[in-house]
Amino acid sequence: MLALVVTWAAFAISLVLLFQVLNDGPIRYFFGGWAPPWGIEYRIDALNGFVLVIVGFVSAAVLLFAGPSVGKEIREGHQHLFYAMVMLLLAGLYGMAITGDAFNVFVFLEIASLASYALIAMGKDRRALTAAFQYLVLGTVGATFFLIGIGLLYAMTGTLNMVDMAERIHGIHGSRTVLTAFAFLTVGIALKAAVFPMHYWLPGAYAYAPSVVSALLAGTATKVAVYLLLRFIMIFGADFAYVALPLGATLTVLAAVGILIASSSAILQNDAKRLLAFSSVAHLGYIILGIGLGNDTGVTGGILHMFNHALAKGAVFLAMGAVMLQIGTTHINRLQGLGRVMPWTMAGFTAAGLSLIGVPLTAGFVSKWYIVTAAIDRGWWPLVLVMVASSILAVFYIWRIIDAVYFSAPGPGAENVKEAPMTMLAALWMLAGASVYFGIDSSFPASVASKAAAIVLAQMP
Amino acid sequence: MNESWIIGAALVTPLLAMVGIGVFRQRPNAREAASLVAGIVLFGLAAWLVPGVADGDRPELILYEFLPGISLGFRVEPLGLGFALIASFLWVITTLYSIGYMRAHNASNQTRFYLFFALSLGAVSGAAFAANLVTLYVFYEALTLATIPLVTHSGGEASRRAGRVYVGLLLGTSLTMMLIAIAWIWTLTGTTEFVAGGVFTEGGTLKFGITPGILAALLVLMVLGTGKAGLMPFHRWLPAAMVAPTPVSALLHAVAVVKLGVFTVLKVTIYTFGIETLSSFGIGRALMYLAAFTLIAAGIFALREDNLKRRLAYSTISQLAYIVLGAMLVTKVGAIAGGMHITAHAFAKITLFFCAGAVMVTLHKTKVSEMNGVGRNMPITMTAFLVASLSVAGLPFTGGFWGKWYLALGALETDQIVMFWVILAGSLLSLGYLLPPAVRAFYGGPKGADQPPMTLAGEARWPMVTAITVTAVISVLLFFAAEPIFGFLDTIDFRGR
Repeated sequence: MLALVVTWAAFAISLVLLFQVLNDGPIRYFFGGWAPPWGIEYRIDALNGFVLVIVGFVSAAVLLFAGPSVGKEIREGHQHLFYAMVMLLLAGLYGMAITGDAFNVFVFLEIASLASYALIAMGKDRRALTAAFQYLVLGTVGATFFLIGIGLLYAMTGTLNMVDMAERIHGIHGSRTVLTAFAFLTVGIALKAAVFPMHYWLPGAYAYAPSVVSALLAGTATKVAVYLLLRFIMIFGADFAYVALPLGATLTVLAAVGILIASSSAILQNDAKRLLAFSSVAHLGYIILGIGLGNDTGVTGGILHMFNHALAKGAVFLAMGAVMLQIGTTHINRLQGLGRVMPWTMAGFTAAGLSLIGVPLTAGFVSKWYIVTAAIDRGWWPLVLVMVASSILAVFYIWRIIDAVYFSAPGPGAENVKEAPMTMLAALWMLAGASVYFGIDSSFPASVASKAAAIVLAQMP
Repeated sequence: MNESWIIGAALVTPLLAMVGIGVFRQRPNAREAASLVAGIVLFGLAAWLVPGVADGDRPELILYEFLPGISLGFRVEPLGLGFALIASFLWVITTLYSIGYMRAHNASNQTRFYLFFALSLGAVSGAAFAANLVTLYVFYEALTLATIPLVTHSGGEASRRAGRVYVGLLLGTSLTMMLIAIAWIWTLTGTTEFVAGGVFTEGGTLKFGITPGILAALLVLMVLGTGKAGLMPFHRWLPAAMVAPTPVSALLHAVAVVKLGVFTVLKVTIYTFGIETLSSFGIGRALMYLAAFTLIAAGIFALREDNLKRRLAYSTISQLAYIVLGAMLVTKVGAIAGGMHITAHAFAKITLFFCAGAVMVTLHKTKVSEMNGVGRNMPITMTAFLVASLSVAGLPFTGGFWGKWYLALGALETDQIVMFWVILAGSLLSLGYLLPPAVRAFYGGPKGADQPPMTLAGEARWPMVTAITVTAVISVLLFFAAEPIFGFLDTIDFRGR
């Protein structure tokens, strides 16, 4: 209960912060009164203000949902630990997003990562342990790469403050150390963001983690990692990243391949949560694709898709959490006929699922529109084909679940299944409803995303 | 005169109907009354707009910015208004028919049925009045989604398979080709508005550095992306959708959904590409041949199909191809002929489906080969069937005549002699696949022992018979109403101002 109050308060604060930033420009806060570049600075602009809101919104919904689901999926003695870990995870994520200090990012990254390893390991399935271990190994590699990158940058610029770093890095772009730092940082962040081919840890982790954790991680953790990528593009300068270095081409190619492979893998899965996990990899691909396009529309689309995907994927994982609570499994064959006994859960799933496909009047369509038009604008036709091909693949994998849920007779024992509790439905519909609402009127997230993109690309020639 | 509130009302009416249907879900009579009233109101609103639009008014309602630079907006022009008139009028008739059909069938989940029916009509009116490509696209997809629960209404394995084909082909074409086409047009021209004379040319030359090749690619993407128009090879969803209850097949898969497909083709041909632009660069030939092929091939499929509803579905594919062909002749007469054929075919084909459903409910016959002697039991129904068949084929003294007449004229005008013969051959084919059921019904005696003895069930319930009579009579009356319809469609803004 306390955890719920805290997350809602944090969500409210992040909303207030975002509106302040939008009205008055960046907010700066000097930690402990030490002025930068000596002390740690917290700095909020449209970009991380938006990310804070994403984290806040998803976690608020997830915690509202959590009660019964945690009771079912996590051992009695571990439940208090669970909530503690969730708070730690959120602290880490908020910290990564809010801080203006590069080393501080690393500290929060480790806090968030450690908390998420523990959370994944709490899954009931024993495979959760191996999944958590895999994530632990790869996540640590990622974090180490990140730290090396920071270290090299510190050696070159003598500062850890991001704004300061961005200024000083300008003169020394050509140096090999800076290039190496950029490479280390990008790879490290890409590992955390599960950019193809560094997504290996994600499907297992999302599939075997407790449902609440899957929803939370899918909606927040990878999004914050993507934010870091954007932040470091800003620090190095967009002109450096996109023009001097082939970041755009690298990211888009990886994203495109990742989208196709992950979407195709999703179709082949027999477990709904695993299917959705692969879909997550594909959608992270959309986001990276948008960022890789490197023009205004593309980056706006990428940032917007962070928001839209967090809503939709959070909602579908919550729906699966409700299913888990009621029938104890998310195997697709066992979902048969649930549309009749859990109509509200499944309607929420359908609404969010349509957003994952990118059907008009859902949020997913809006961000897809941005990314597709950006790709056409740049004349990168293969990417356009990838985008539309993946919508078709999405139709297939979402339809597999819909098909089972609505068009199969309820299996044995399904008659006794009841609709999920009200709090869970409310949480699910918070996210699914937002997915639909922001598909009909996208002006708020789109305008913020466009401001954020403008900051990222400020130095583009 | 500010008539935008009428557009708003026309969009809201189906939604209000949904509320009414939901509220009265326990009281079938009030529930169906809500549908009927909404249909009548919608028709009334559309009819109210007719005089102004015929005089050249283009009332519009721009809601808000939906995507950057693109608003969700509506503008009424003759083609869309005609479509809305047909759809709303037939909604009333179909609701009347459904009352008889669904109750006679004792169908389950009738509330859900009427709810999604109303939602589908809402999507249709939004699409009919759309002021730009994106708005049209939004409602196009909305119609696909709203009709899925209707197609799969009866449940079971057949519905499930049909649902897959339906979703796969309709979303498959529109989420890919149509979306690319729209996004591409937007990036090239910076507008998705429907403009008289199209958006690509100024003073006869192409703007924005567009080449005729790009224009042709866009047209192909747009027309093939409109899966609802049923061009081969993306036609299979329509026969699949025949597992739906007959009222759904009748209104949605003979009128609303498929007509939205060909309406989209006509609309973009006229208002996005521009007839003059296309004809001056000779674009559209390949699609014209594809339409001709579909027209003939679907006719042949129809000949071979024994299931009556599926035969009608193939017939629809063939007749839709007429309209696409009319659009791809890229001449004014062709486009108007397309519009006239939309009207005549809507009334004729819905009659045929109504009859098929009536026979199914009363005599439980679904196959052409079982139709022997049905006419003696159900004379009114089968007479209507015959009349509607003649109209689909386009014989004189039926509404279907004029559409084909002007199409043939258009083909001659553009020196497409092959197309002229295709149009005639298609008519012969449609006589070939539609007359046998009617002839068997009246002249076929019971053959062999495999035919069950005829029960004396008589005609279907009165709401169904009324619906059948009304649409069949209108099918004939349309022959005499050709002039006002032609005149109305002639006010479409074919040229830029």
